[in-house]
Amino acid sequence: MNRYPTWKYVLIAIIIIIGIIYSFPNIYGSDPALQISSSRGAEISELTELQVQIAFDEAGIKPQSYEINPNNLLIRFADEETQLRAQDAARNALDRTYVVALNLAPSTPDWLRKLGAEPMFLGLDLRGGVHFLMEVDMNAAISKAEERYVSDFRSLFRENKIRYRTISRRDQGGVLVRFQNSAEQENGVRLINKNNPEVKVDSSVSESGEFHALVTLSEQSIIETRTNALQQNIITLRKRVNELGVAEPVIQQQGDRRVVVELPGVQDTARAKDILGATATLEFRMVDDAHSVQDALDGRVPAGSKLYYDRDGQPMLLSKQVLLTGDHIIDAASGIDQASGGPDVTITLDGKGARIFSAATRDEVGKRMAVVFIETKTETVMEDGTAVKKKETIEEVINAATIKEQLGKRFHITGLDSTQEARNLALLLRAGALAAPIEIIEERTVGPSLGQDNIKQGYESVIIGFTLVLIFMVVYYRLFGLIANVALTLNVVLLVALMSMLQATLTMPGIAGIVLTVGMAVDANVLIFERIREEISNGNSPQASIHAGFEKAFSSIADANITTLIAALVLFSFGTGPIKGFAVTLSLGIICSMFTAIMVSRAFINLLYGGRKVQKLMI
Amino acid sequence: MKFITKTNFDFMGKRRIACWLSGISSVVLVVLFMVQGLNYGIDFTGGTIVEVGYTQEADLTKVRNILVQSEFSNAVVQYYGAATDVLVRIPPHEGLNSADISNKLIELLGSSQSIEIRRVEFVGPQVGDELREDGGLAMIYALLGILLYVAIRFQTRFAIGAVVATVHDVIITVGFFVVTRMEFDLTVLAAVLAVIGYSLNDTVVVFDRIRENFHKLRKATPVEVMNVSLNETLSRTIMTGLTTLLVLVALFLFGGETLLAFSTALIIGILIGTYSSIYIASPVTLALGVSKQDLMPVVKEGTEADNRP
Repeated sequence: MNRYPTWKYVLIAIIIIIGIIYSFPNIYGSDPALQISSSRGAEISELTELQVQIAFDEAGIKPQSYEINPNNLLIRFADEETQLRAQDAARNALDRTYVVALNLAPSTPDWLRKLGAEPMFLGLDLRGGVHFLMEVDMNAAISKAEERYVSDFRSLFRENKIRYRTISRRDQGGVLVRFQNSAEQENGVRLINKNNPEVKVDSSVSESGEFHALVTLSEQSIIETRTNALQQNIITLRKRVNELGVAEPVIQQQGDRRVVVELPGVQDTARAKDILGATATLEFRMVDDAHSVQDALDGRVPAGSKLYYDRDGQPMLLSKQVLLTGDHIIDAASGIDQASGGPDVTITLDGKGARIFSAATRDEVGKRMAVVFIETKTETVMEDGTAVKKKETIEEVINAATIKEQLGKRFHITGLDSTQEARNLALLLRAGALAAPIEIIEERTVGPSLGQDNIKQGYESVIIGFTLVLIFMVVYYRLFGLIANVALTLNVVLLVALMSMLQATLTMPGIAGIVLTVGMAVDANVLIFERIREEISNGNSPQASIHAGFEKAFSSIADANITTLIAALVLFSFGTGPIKGFAVTLSLGIICSMFTAIMVSRAFINLLYGGRKVQKLMI
Repeated sequence: MKFITKTNFDFMGKRRIACWLSGISSVVLVVLFMVQGLNYGIDFTGGTIVEVGYTQEADLTKVRNILVQSEFSNAVVQYYGAATDVLVRIPPHEGLNSADISNKLIELLGSSQSIEIRRVEFVGPQVGDELREDGGLAMIYALLGILLYVAIRFQTRFAIGAVVATVHDVIITVGFFVVTRMEFDLTVLAAVLAVIGYSLNDTVVVFDRIRENFHKLRKATPVEVMNVSLNETLSRTIMTGLTTLLVLVALFLFGGETLLAFSTALIIGILIGTYSSIYIASPVTLALGVSKQDLMPVVKEGTEADNRP
């Protein structure tokens, strides 16, 4: 009686060994490191390593090791100070196509890494960093799409010689086209329907003597516009994060209009926020020197012009026609202007942009061109208890200069306030504009010192709680308590191994989940042992008591754990970030505890007592 | 070692007192909750929290004076865990809702002396509302899921008894936060959901024994069966409660400020959960008129323990 077949012992032993191996990497710490990768997908080669090596030698920096991986070059350092100095040195040595990011590289030994064993991924609350939840302004995405139709229809009608009075976007949505007469209206509507089958055209809105057509986006294309806006924003955010130089960032869609951005190790959150949320773009317009600025200030703005202000608040009249927008910029680099000594940005255009620009500026030599900086800020404010989105657009002239010669693919812009601003502008232009404005609706930043404290406190409370339970169990159940303790220890080992294998993120609430699991995992053993004691006091033999104890406790254990699992699963599906971490550890802990408390402790008890005459149990 | 040998407490005899006590306190707490509400953390209200570390003991009056003269005059300033740690809390305010607030605040605090940013939390108003809604829904779904499971595994009367006991635990635990004005944040919500799981765990173990004893003690009345079952499971109930409390006390004492409210909620919840699985769940099931017939026919589970984990 009370014997397991050999295969069961072997199975349990294998699971335990695997558990120990895969939980092992977590006892090694991590080294401060630099992670050098290429933002353009170029390969990292020995040449890169050599370049960095030379720079480090010059600066007197001694790294601990170099490691070339498929996507990056990882360089480890003894301490954080060296790491920071090395980052500067590497940035200066390499050109901008390389991203030099600070990282914490786990110091897992090679033989473990060959087995695919990696430590758990530490959450931002433990390693420090920023978590942003960003919301895309979908109304702006729709109105932007409508704006596009306005200009599309203009050129469509021009090409097909259809005469219209005005085309404009209505404030309440939709594009309103006013035609000259009914024949033009008919032709125009037919043309729109032919070219843009995705829109709905309603010509019944015409008032007497007027020939209107209202163009609205179909349900389908609204959905498409939203999805595209979200996808494009995610791509742009990813590029911007790459430019910021962050190792292991997380950029993920959440729901149908939100994006989660997690930047481990980032300390300068102000800059991160500015860069991620910025909608900055540039527009190039000709300066209208033919009309008087004073007249415009008095309210008589000429038809083809618009009044702008520069950074010092000086008014300036610019042509309404845009020569070029920021979309055609493929590269931008900040630097110092040779002539003025101030910060500048060198801009490179794509082929199409260069053609447009050179054609547009050919006839304008000697005239002035202005660079307009446009930024939209969205924020949600509470008004009378409801959340209202407020949008603010900043349009300012950052510089206006005389065109000395026909402009082409590359040119400089100056007039920026600081080198930091030049750097940020160059970065934003490189990464591209956001498809729709984005707003940070949640931020959670944890500084490195708090992260360290959290790890320390979490670790301490696990150890203390765990030890207390171990002592308590041995005192109360003696030999059986010892077996329960082995099972409990293995439970934690397996839980850690499982989380490492799944590369689940360990957070502070996750540690709380482990602590709670430790407390609750003994429940299964308690149930079994209490049953065994009951059976003994009912006068059953030790062997029969063990057998009955395990058998009778089983349904209670299963029911009890399944109900807890239901609660944990609900937590997982509803929770965000930290709560999910708690739910994951709790669920995995319950599953592991079923295995260890029932199978593993039974195996030990069978090994000790099984198949022989037993007078008395040490329980 | 044994704390509890064979006991023969008349738990069910005290059921009327217990139910009155629990009923009245639940009603009082629900009324208090509706009148006074919870002291929600920024997870639910929206707003900004900035925790900064100073190199030496921070002077709160000085910090307050800086803030009063700024646009953050309604900021709440307090020590957090240590005298070198200061927590600044800015409630959601008209026109003051963007993620920029923390930047401005840090700039302001760092202007006179060097500080270290330990933590920044900003929750927009739209997120807070959603989290509150989701939290309520999560609790309802957890209860429904459990109701369904217990109804299938046992019987509807047991399921109702279990859910009444669990709702009672939730009311008392949340009520504790209503009365003490401790901050109710996301981690506390997680703790309350964990309490739901734990309390049910306890109740189900007792129910399991009741079902078994209904079959075994054919001549006994339901009250007797329940009393016997409660006494038989008592030592297990107390043992598990104790070990869980042990680790929670460790978490409470050593887990740091972040987990303080969380561990408090769990400690309260586990004490109440243990009480309710004895004094609430079974009496309610009894009051609903549970009888032996409800649990027939017997479904024999499993045959050989050795072939099973």
